Amino acid sequence: MSDDLRIKEIGMERSRVEGALKVTGRAPYAMEHGAGHGVQEPLHAFLVGSTVSRGRVLAVHADEVRGSEDVVAVLDHTNAPRLADTDDEEYAVLQDDEVHFRGQVVALVLATTSEAAREGARRVRVEYAAEPGEHVFDEDSEGDEPEKLNAGLPPSGSTGEPDLALASATHVLDETYRTPYMHNNPMEPHATTALWDLGPDGAELRCFDSTQAAHSVRSTLARLFGIEAGRVHVEASHVGGGFGSKGLPHAHNVVAVLAARSQPGRWVRLAVTRQQMFALTGYRTATISRFRLGAGPDGVLGVISHDVVEQTSRCKEFAEQTVAPTRHVYAAPNRRTSTRLVRLDVAVPSWMRAPGEMPGSFAQEAAMDELADLVGLDPIELRRRNEPEADPETGKSFGDRRLLECFDRGAERFGWSERGPARSRLEGDWYVGLGTAASVYPAYTQPGNQARVLAEPGGYRVEIGAVDIGTGARTVLRQIAADALDVDLDAIDLRLGSSDLPIASVAGGSSGTSSWGWAIVAASRTFRAQHGTSPEPGDESVAGPPKKPVDEDYALHSFGAQFVEARVNRFTGEVRVPRMLGVFSVGRVVNPKLARSQLVGGMTMGLSTALFEESWRDPRFGHVVTDDLATYHVATHADVRDIEAAWLDESDHRANPMGLRGIGEIGITGAGAAVASAVTNATGVRQRSIPVTPDKALGWE
Amino acid sequence: MPRISLTVDGSPVSGDVDVRATLLDALRERFDVTTPKKGCDHGQCGACTVLLDGRRHLTCLSLAVAHDGAEVVTAAGLGEGDELHPVAQAFLDHDGLQCGYCTPGQVCSAVGMLAEADGTPSHATDDLEAETELTDEEIRERMSGNLCRCGAYPGILAAIKEVAR
Amino acid sequence: MRRFEYARPRTPQEAVDLVAGSDDAAFLAGGSNLVDHLKVGIASPGVLVDVGGLGLDRVEETDGGLRIGAGVRNSDLAAHPVVRSRYAVLARSLLAGASAQIRHQATTAGNLLQRTRCVYFYDATTPCNKREPGTGCSAVDGYQRYNAILGASAACVTVHPSDLAVGLAVLDATVEVLGPDGARTLPLADLHRLPGDSPEQDTTLAHGELITAVTVPRLPEGAVSTYYKARDRASYAFALVSVAAVVAGDEVRVAWGGVAHRPWRATVLEEALRGGPLDEETVRAACLEELAPATTGPGTAFKLEMVTGATAMVLTDLAGRAR
Repeated sequence: MSDDLRIKEIGMERSRVEGALKVTGRAPYAMEHGAGHGVQEPLHAFLVGSTVSRGRVLAVHADEVRGSEDVVAVLDHTNAPRLADTDDEEYAVLQDDEVHFRGQVVALVLATTSEAAREGARRVRVEYAAEPGEHVFDEDSEGDEPEKLNAGLPPSGSTGEPDLALASATHVLDETYRTPYMHNNPMEPHATTALWDLGPDGAELRCFDSTQAAHSVRSTLARLFGIEAGRVHVEASHVGGGFGSKGLPHAHNVVAVLAARSQPGRWVRLAVTRQQMFALTGYRTATISRFRLGAGPDGVLGVISHDVVEQTSRCKEFAEQTVAPTRHVYAAPNRRTSTRLVRLDVAVPSWMRAPGEMPGSFAQEAAMDELADLVGLDPIELRRRNEPEADPETGKSFGDRRLLECFDRGAERFGWSERGPARSRLEGDWYVGLGTAASVYPAYTQPGNQARVLAEPGGYRVEIGAVDIGTGARTVLRQIAADALDVDLDAIDLRLGSSDLPIASVAGGSSGTSSWGWAIVAASRTFRAQHGTSPEPGDESVAGPPKKPVDEDYALHSFGAQFVEARVNRFTGEVRVPRMLGVFSVGRVVNPKLARSQLVGGMTMGLSTALFEESWRDPRFGHVVTDDLATYHVATHADVRDIEAAWLDESDHRANPMGLRGIGEIGITGAGAAVASAVTNATGVRQRSIPVTPDKALGWE
Repeated sequence: MPRISLTVDGSPVSGDVDVRATLLDALRERFDVTTPKKGCDHGQCGACTVLLDGRRHLTCLSLAVAHDGAEVVTAAGLGEGDELHPVAQAFLDHDGLQCGYCTPGQVCSAVGMLAEADGTPSHATDDLEAETELTDEEIRERMSGNLCRCGAYPGILAAIKEVAR
Repeated sequence: MRRFEYARPRTPQEAVDLVAGSDDAAFLAGGSNLVDHLKVGIASPGVLVDVGGLGLDRVEETDGGLRIGAGVRNSDLAAHPVVRSRYAVLARSLLAGASAQIRHQATTAGNLLQRTRCVYFYDATTPCNKREPGTGCSAVDGYQRYNAILGASAACVTVHPSDLAVGLAVLDATVEVLGPDGARTLPLADLHRLPGDSPEQDTTLAHGELITAVTVPRLPEGAVSTYYKARDRASYAFALVSVAAVVAGDEVRVAWGGVAHRPWRATVLEEALRGGPLDEETVRAACLEELAPATTGPGTAFKLEMVTGATAMVLTDLAGRAR
């Protein structure tokens, strides 16, 4: 497939195209478009969140606020513009009096200054008819099986006779592994600057949005507001991270446009506050995984059984595919996965970096680590003995599975042979341990992408409506375009970040470079076929990949092995990670410099979730009370010591013409389990949940 | 509304601000200086860091009215003309950034950190009386007031080390 | 944030008169805590009296020790040569707090007067007796990780967040205060209070009283001191527990942070350890005595182990250095 793609720019170290704008702070984000972008005297919006988790709004008292200086309007469910489509309860903001979760938007204040909007919102009084809500679940919660998991996966599956196999296994592990609620917390809070423009030919909606998918924001807003998609223009030139939380539109997108709709012709700026993000912009569900592994005397698995309980919001279903990695990593003739979803009166969960794979791989890898102990094998040797010949779930051949090579390379580089028995190494005040775990992530390519190639004097403009959320898309797509058109990098003017450019899928699922890059390759080929190698300025072609691009005879996954050294203070239990190494098999790497950042970034977030991150939902109130960056800890500089990412030199020609498989998410998978494995090795206290806080590390909890 | 005057990146700006406006909001919303970013608005992330009268400072926890007459340098004002400041250039060279949202604050913080390191111990300093040696551990601790969710810390460290050398 | 009047007096007395003259007035120093409160709606004064221009920003060596102006920035105090050479516990408690940026901004008095970081105190949608007396305490049966284990009441289980206060507590510091009725001094130990049934009062200061300086007596010759802060992440986090300690000859002084509504001077432990060996076992036994009255919940039980471990680590280390 990649045979006829020139590989010259692909593989080169290049600095970020927009880097100079970013290091000087000149790159404009969604709230930062001013007069230069046509945004004159914007109104400022501030949201009012519900203080009950279930019930109805009886009254919104805002007369005094409406009459105060600088306040322009207060919207609530009685006076907000009506939506054309209210089927999706997350998006049906201010459309009725029902409250589905604490923090739900129940009013909005619009003012000429942000100070007045904030103060107005504080003074709006909302009366509720509250009902008792359900906010917690545990392994005994009833729940039900969802129809499908995220990514369209089946919630359960079974092969062979798992129960019989467990009964006859030499070694049986039956333990429960837990991951907490987590929030994506990109550094840029979600924000929209919107204008409902009443032109002579009808309304046009313009948004500067902090999104991972300009086109999906466009199509969603068009549907909700009942206008043609062509009249909606969404720009996302620079986006301050997303990690899944900006992959789908959320309530703030809708309410910003409701506000703009109520003030035609005036720009409205809405930034969700950091605290409001914890209720409004998605999060990862907590997961409870019961893992049962049955192995023979040699550690060879006869059975893998993984039963998950997790939650969603009663008002909108999102079922994290926590069982997904269990289906693809280790061989066993008898297999079972199941998912039980508990519906609660809580905020709507959504995508967070490696949904499913992250918590699922924590459970599976922590279980494998524990089984290795049980059997008396080195954790890597245990994995070696359970390496499948084909994808355990589908029976398809893995196009390119090099997990063991990742383990072996990593083990050598990291000094794995120095690992001793649990609690055998005390250096000064610190117990020292080593741990490892496998990483896994599927290679997705999204359908429906298109790119435009346009000849210009001296070069080519290449356009696609993709978004660079910090992944480096602007830079690597330019490299791909240069090779696809067989020209120098300088000849490519790569444009992205707008829904007015050809349709592009979300910057998510580690599918961006694969999906968009393929569209650019397809458009370049079409362009050459239509216009040859000496086109006239103005010649253009728009094209995308074939409808069913991926070779469906193969199971396409990336793999990796992570290694961690953990130190635990014997007096205080404080955990520090001085060294971390990931070796990955991810297909071809387009730009090593930026790829390293993606992989290290994923590992860093994995480290952060392993040690610190937990959204603590108060069972009485139903909302997360650790709702800021002082109480929801993410890793600081001081926590991130030597983190190294390496990869195998390879190209996966089955995945796409570029031979790549995506790198945005795999780094976070397995990281938590590797940390837990290292802490267990350091202290001898088995870690079955994250975050591994000091109290857990020494078994005080 | 009180009137304040500031010097921002070498240029004088002045105007009426709401007495409640933070320095960050005054810069971003009143004076269209969007270099300092709003990541948390509560002094918990460092994205709003500028050099205020020469020292790194969180603009989100400062009232504009209390800083009338101050000299503010943002990441946009560090370089000479079109040339990037060496710290900014090193960030770019070492890919000490991804989404870029924390980056102007990180760059300002790094410049301020390098300037103040001499004579200022940190939590990571073993000997409080010794001259500061900017080890990796010292740099990390001194930069810990600037969160980066993308995980660009190793690149940032490499960038700062290059300039510190 | 309510709109307020902003005043910038020239002298401490003028500042005191402005605040004392109005129930609705408050002092503004570095702002790193108060501005936060204004945004969240915890504080909504009608008048803000900026004490930044009062010239209270000097550190002076005195016959008895050190006199620290209330307005001295945390970073400047930590970098002061005398503090670095003679008061390690003071320098380290400052450097363990917040971030470099915040230390540039925060002042000595402002740091001492910062209010709790309890998540319910900050969340105006939940009951909190400290924020709104009589509404109840959400923390006692809620998120407990940063709750007190000593000296708490049914009305409030929160802790004081300052590191500096713990460092000063072990140094037997004194606070100089100017009020509408003149100047007075009080031991730092008497500045912060236990919550009892009035947790809305963090300190014993009256409305309108302004801290003008903190004095620190000289430590005995040969004294060694330090501050250890145990926390989840390695930096930029509030203490789970912290230990400030001084060892000087037979004398052992210990104050704990993260365990109570005020810096907790561990007097029972100090008495138990006076003149005795500072080996791990002895120190742990003394901690047990100090912690006898502790009460814990599922989310705080670990603090018993942690503060004991941290104290053992700190004191055995100091004992080794004092020798």
